[in-house]
Amino acid sequence: MKRSIVAAALGAIALAPFAGVNAGEVEVLHWWTSGGEAKSVAELKKELEAKGDTWKDFAVAGGGGETAMTVLKSRVVSGQPPTAAQVKGPQIQEWAAEGVLANLDPVAKPEKWDSLLPSVVSNVMKYQGHYVAVPVNVHRVNWMWVNPEVFKKAGAKIPTTWDEFAVAADKIQKAGFIAVAHGGQPWQDSTLFESIALGVGGAAWYRKAFVDLDPKALNSPTMEKAFATLRMVQKYIDKDAPNRDWNLATAMVINGKAGMQFMGDWAKGEFTAAGKVAGRDYICAPAPGTKDAFTFNIDSFIMFQQKDPSKQKAQQDLASAIMDVHFQEVFNLNKGSIPVRMGMNLSKFDQCAKDSAAEFAAAAKGGTLVPSFAHEMAMHPAPKGAMFDVITAFINTPSMTPKQAAEKMAAAGKQT
Amino acid sequence: MIPSVAGVDTALVRPRKRLADYVETVLPKVVLGPTLICALLFVYGFILWTAWLSFTESRILPRYDFAGLVQYIALFANDRWWIALKNLAIFGSLFIFFCLAIGLLLAILLDQRIRAEGFLRSIYLYPMALSFIVTGTAWRWILNPGLGFEHLVRQLGFEHFTFDWIVTPGMSIYAVVIAGAWQSTGFVMALFLAGLRGIDDAIIKAAQVDGAGPVRIYTSIIIPSLRPVFFSSLIILGHIAIKSFDLVMALTGGGPGFSSDLPATFMYTFAFNRNQIGLGAASAMMMLMTVIAIIVPMIYSETRRRG
Amino acid sequence: MAEPYRTQTAGPHLVARAAVYTLLILFALYYLMPLFVMVTTSLKTLDDIRGGNLLALPREVSLDAWVKAWGSACTGVFCGGLKGNFMNSVSFVVPAVAISTLIGAFNGYVLTMWRFKGSDALFTLLLIGCFIPFQVVLLPMAQTLGWLGIANSIPGLIFVHVIYGLAFTTLFFRNFYVTVPAELTKAARIDGAGFFMIFWRIILPLSPPIIVVCVIWQFTQIWNDFLFGVVFSSGQRQPITVALNNLVNTTTGVKEYNVDMAAAIIAALPTLFVYVVAGKYFLRGLTAGAVKG
Repeated sequence: MKRSIVAAALGAIALAPFAGVNAGEVEVLHWWTSGGEAKSVAELKKELEAKGDTWKDFAVAGGGGETAMTVLKSRVVSGQPPTAAQVKGPQIQEWAAEGVLANLDPVAKPEKWDSLLPSVVSNVMKYQGHYVAVPVNVHRVNWMWVNPEVFKKAGAKIPTTWDEFAVAADKIQKAGFIAVAHGGQPWQDSTLFESIALGVGGAAWYRKAFVDLDPKALNSPTMEKAFATLRMVQKYIDKDAPNRDWNLATAMVINGKAGMQFMGDWAKGEFTAAGKVAGRDYICAPAPGTKDAFTFNIDSFIMFQQKDPSKQKAQQDLASAIMDVHFQEVFNLNKGSIPVRMGMNLSKFDQCAKDSAAEFAAAAKGGTLVPSFAHEMAMHPAPKGAMFDVITAFINTPSMTPKQAAEKMAAAGKQT
Repeated sequence: MIPSVAGVDTALVRPRKRLADYVETVLPKVVLGPTLICALLFVYGFILWTAWLSFTESRILPRYDFAGLVQYIALFANDRWWIALKNLAIFGSLFIFFCLAIGLLLAILLDQRIRAEGFLRSIYLYPMALSFIVTGTAWRWILNPGLGFEHLVRQLGFEHFTFDWIVTPGMSIYAVVIAGAWQSTGFVMALFLAGLRGIDDAIIKAAQVDGAGPVRIYTSIIIPSLRPVFFSSLIILGHIAIKSFDLVMALTGGGPGFSSDLPATFMYTFAFNRNQIGLGAASAMMMLMTVIAIIVPMIYSETRRRG
Repeated sequence: MAEPYRTQTAGPHLVARAAVYTLLILFALYYLMPLFVMVTTSLKTLDDIRGGNLLALPREVSLDAWVKAWGSACTGVFCGGLKGNFMNSVSFVVPAVAISTLIGAFNGYVLTMWRFKGSDALFTLLLIGCFIPFQVVLLPMAQTLGWLGIANSIPGLIFVHVIYGLAFTTLFFRNFYVTVPAELTKAARIDGAGFFMIFWRIILPLSPPIIVVCVIWQFTQIWNDFLFGVVFSSGQRQPITVALNNLVNTTTGVKEYNVDMAAAIIAALPTLFVYVVAGKYFLRGLTAGAVKG
């Protein structure tokens, strides 16, 4: 008995120097608080704890992360940034320009991120050639989620153009269902609008308008047509839509109350969490008019410079864990997106995801891969916010004409 | 100051008293000092800091190079800002008016020697105890057309009853007034009740002896003597109206769209979400200037009056 | 201190009395309705909520929502309910209330009994601090807290709440002490009593009514604060208002209204308790001149 105690004590002493090495803490700011999303974050937590680090959750709820961003800024200004924060798109460059982000090349180079990520993605993750952020997934935003039962009961056909959409929506409404499940929040309004705009105007025009912010593209007949189409779609949204959360709108489709929802593929996470099977209980189709186009939204974490070496190490563990094959698979299975890491085995993913991955590669080659402006991939927050204001005002002000909206969009594009 | 006492050499007494005097003239300032320093730094200092930022092109984090009036120009070219201002005027005036009117009415009613006065008072007062997040959550549920009040009345048989202010762009700010007034009226009532109870009975009795009727007594004697209470209530209500941020965020999120935006939520959105700190700072300065223009003369005159 | 009612005007007229009571009861119903809705919703099951309407009583009373809200509801990834956040709030509210009340008392004392040239103007300056919208101070305060090394901590929250509570506590005490006759302190000064002695022996014993008012006000303001809480704290240290907001915005497919309501009530319980129990002292304190001056 004594011997084993001594042995144990010796063992503990022998291991003690190694105890502190892996004990870094990561504090991760995010707003993934709904069902499918929360599960995904829990996965990351598990991975990190397997590496010996501790995960300090820092969830700040609220739709598109507004409160989270406020908190983040305050924390950075106070000199105590979290280890990582959920930030994406051009904002990454804005943060990097302030000089507060950590250089992730020590992880990126050995793990050869350049060869694992498509260039359209890695460019966004870098600042002046160095990695400052790590991507988590690829979401396709221009999806349309369909409940086939509802369509069958209404005798409607899944639309591939916006004109067909009007016909199908009419039939669904007549059959007593809600045609379009939608939540009246600015980001959802814009998500809907950008799919319409892409379907009406095509990828080339979309890029001119929303990436280049060309005023001639913004204040154009194409833009007016997009808004006119939005006005038409509005007729098919129920009146309880204002302020409804996106996942509650998805629930309406899941439960057979509504026929379709225009939402990115994170909606699939809700279907999965409800035990529904793709192709049988629900169908994923590209939004009308956007069959060969792919609107991408890439979630990523930016990493802040840390002074504490154990935190730095934990941060690198986090970056490495996110790009890890196992995590990429599990996380994306739960969240509804596809792995951003190329060349992965997608056998566990459902048909929608496989379609998405194939489309992603094809669109990249064919030049129809466009960043989602509603999800901060295309432009800086200032013009994006101003455009949100225009689109939301248009939806809520029946008297606003498409022409007026187009003019305001051009003005919005000038915001800095 | 020190009466000379026969037989005592006041010259000996004086030096010690002078030290004590000195301490006692300095001590009050020392005691008040920290608070004033805090006010100086954390209120006025920060206001100056914000003012400086409103003259810069700060975006995601503060920057300090002077850039002129560019943010103010942008501010007044912004549709959303004008709506926020309009909403503040509507919300502020209605909120203050209803709180004062209903608060005064309730206080007068409660003052009539009512049974269960304490109980009723607690009922009117308890909303003040709630956080705006709680109030917003509850009222969002109540004002929701499909699940709340409208649904209830329709179930009672009134098929065409609509009460969907909260989701109607032009009416959403009035929904905020309802929830806000519900929350704050009780406190104003308590203040008025305290004020009513403090009025000297003799004056009332004298007026009654002179033959004045109840309405006359109220309008000529009681209500005017409640003037300090009106003043205090106005300060507290004004303070709540201007700071109204939590309530709007919880109740309507500023929506639908941004139709129930107030300057406080506007500032927050632009500074923190749009990465336009400069513009947010400009809007904050406008808010502050409006406040100062209204409140300062009022406070100063009332403080002076009481001397 | 309660004055006898003056308006014998409403006296014998039964109709007038009836009208008064009717109005009061109608208003009472209006004020109680949201609380009623919150409580009944929190006791219903989700099916009950969907099937019924706002004011219907629960078909079967269920405490599940409460248990979940306290111990297992998800506020983000952490699913431990509100109990931790409840303790967080307590840990910074109590010190902040105590400190700001104490300082406010001294300030009010100085401003009324130890006036010096310019003290009234200083008071006005202080009062304006009541109106500053907190959004304006978020970033500079964040920077300051960072320099002081107390950012993102409970002491930081205490610090912030004390600073911004001083204007109100000073106002309360100053307006109260203004009604204390100056002769009291003059006599004491002639007798040789000093600054602290007068405060301790004379002023403090008179103060309970206003202390109660001040404590109730500060407790309510600080407990219910959201903005400072969300910006200056994080994770498990968040106050209960922030956790409540997270909880209400964390939906898993179905919005659990009953849990949301139960959580809202839990967050509101301490302040409700204070108002219900100490409400009459609050009123007494106000009557004693808190806002008369």
